[in-house]
Amino acid sequence: MKVYTEKVIEHFRHPHNMGKLRDYSAVGKVGNIICGDVMWLYIKVDKDPKGRDIISDISWETFGCTAAIATSSMISEIAKGKTLKEAIAITNKNVADELDGLPPIKMHCSALAADALNEAIYEYLTQNQQEIPDALKRRHERIAKEMASLEERYQAFFTKGQVANEAKSVSREEYTPD
Amino acid sequence: MDKRIYLDNSATTPVAAEVLAAMTPYFCEAYGNASSLHASGRVARQAIEEGRAEIAAALGVSPSEIVFTSGATEANNLAIIGIAFAHRDKGHVITSKIEHHAVLHACQWLEGRGYEVTTLDVDATGQIDLEQLKDAIREDTLLVSIMAGNNEIGTLQPIEEISTICRERGVAFHTDAVQAYGKIQLPTDSIDLLAVSAHKLHGPKGVGFLMVRKAVALTPLLHGGGHEGGRRSGTENTPGIVGLAAASSLAFKEMEETTARMRRFKRRLIAAINAIPGTRLNGHETDSLPHIVNVSFQGIEGESLVMKLDEHGIETSTGSACSSPTLEPSHVLLAIGVPISMAHGSLRISTGRQTTEQDVDTFLDILPRVVEELRAISPFKVGE
Repeated sequence: MKVYTEKVIEHFRHPHNMGKLRDYSAVGKVGNIICGDVMWLYIKVDKDPKGRDIISDISWETFGCTAAIATSSMISEIAKGKTLKEAIAITNKNVADELDGLPPIKMHCSALAADALNEAIYEYLTQNQQEIPDALKRRHERIAKEMASLEERYQAFFTKGQVANEAKSVSREEYTPD
Repeated sequence: MDKRIYLDNSATTPVAAEVLAAMTPYFCEAYGNASSLHASGRVARQAIEEGRAEIAAALGVSPSEIVFTSGATEANNLAIIGIAFAHRDKGHVITSKIEHHAVLHACQWLEGRGYEVTTLDVDATGQIDLEQLKDAIREDTLLVSIMAGNNEIGTLQPIEEISTICRERGVAFHTDAVQAYGKIQLPTDSIDLLAVSAHKLHGPKGVGFLMVRKAVALTPLLHGGGHEGGRRSGTENTPGIVGLAAASSLAFKEMEETTARMRRFKRRLIAAINAIPGTRLNGHETDSLPHIVNVSFQGIEGESLVMKLDEHGIETSTGSACSSPTLEPSHVLLAIGVPISMAHGSLRISTGRQTTEQDVDTFLDILPRVVEELRAISPFKVGE
């Protein structure tokens, strides 16, 4: 049914930049445990010698399948060291291409990774009261809308209250890589 | 390939050496068509009829009550659609929420053709409610189809009680016995239709049978030369049938010894997995098949877990949405009320007659490490 490329397997087995940054500037949280994919992407933003905002460090925490973990790893590699302007331009296609492709049914995982990066940058710019590029804003609105409709759809599907509550109450501890 | 530890015997099993040896002559030497009059044909016919008699004896039924098929999907379809089409005045079928898709989808197919289907709920362990079954039976109920043992969680249904209810109410009872056959004793006296597949019991793929009691009228699905007493046309798969019969005999011969070992492994697996924080056992603790263990791990996703174990040479499966073509979690886990995040983190471990204590040791050594590794990269941490 589905075949992962060598590169997907390699990133899944040896993921890069995993865990939570000790000192991050912003975090992008996307996905929903109800759907089986959740990605939290942390970025640290600093100035480069030319005074531009760059992603000086990046990390992630992901609950998801092989493809979700590999795309988390890959997007962190692509975005690391990029200026925010360059990072905004990273698409899900870039992520999938760098992994030598994903099975069609798993393409949404690469979308999740690109969305997480978008949300992290959006949060950073908002917090620092910087101007938000139109494209970034539009994507943010699309992501927020999708998350809301997903939750609605699944709450309607799984009428049992316990499912919805349980998804919210999954305990969360701070994780600090050594 | 390095040595693999195969713990996915509910998916399929390796063909036993004895079974392969029994089948081998029927490819190049005794290749005759069992319907032919000549010596080659007679040899094939004899092999098939001996196999049929062996299986019938194991079940305590008459040989004419065994219909060979291409496997359990066909056997289940023949049972359900065959009985429905033998009663063209339409009617009602009862099944359960946790049946294999070969049963559920056959019932849904009938639903689209004017038949009515009642799908019974199951409790948190996966068992149906006998009172609900009694209430569901109507004047026009043609068939009750309830599996013997579930393929994902291993839960056994109260088959004896179900068959008694069906008998009292004059309704035919079909059971998908793919996982249970050769693992537990089945009360075949009171079962009207029973489906079995060879490849789940160390036989070859592509062959199975449907036990059909004499009183049950079936309309065939496959039309042609009138093989299998007109119930299933198509030249008999001689090597397959010989392999099925050999696998069946082997399973019954070794049943006590093999299932005792499987039960021991199962107890060890459950105890060790329970010791890992944030886990739950899916299915019934005691009324359960000996070879299937289904558990869920909080904070991790099943497909990643299967892939991580595979990296260590261990082969298992999951009911996670990410592993299914529809991206929906297993209908069985949802039906027994496993919280959805835990359904995503499910793992099925199923042992076979070849599974050793050493295999279980290695698996239990690697599993906690892999779970730890995946939890370390998950945003959801397990509270101690």
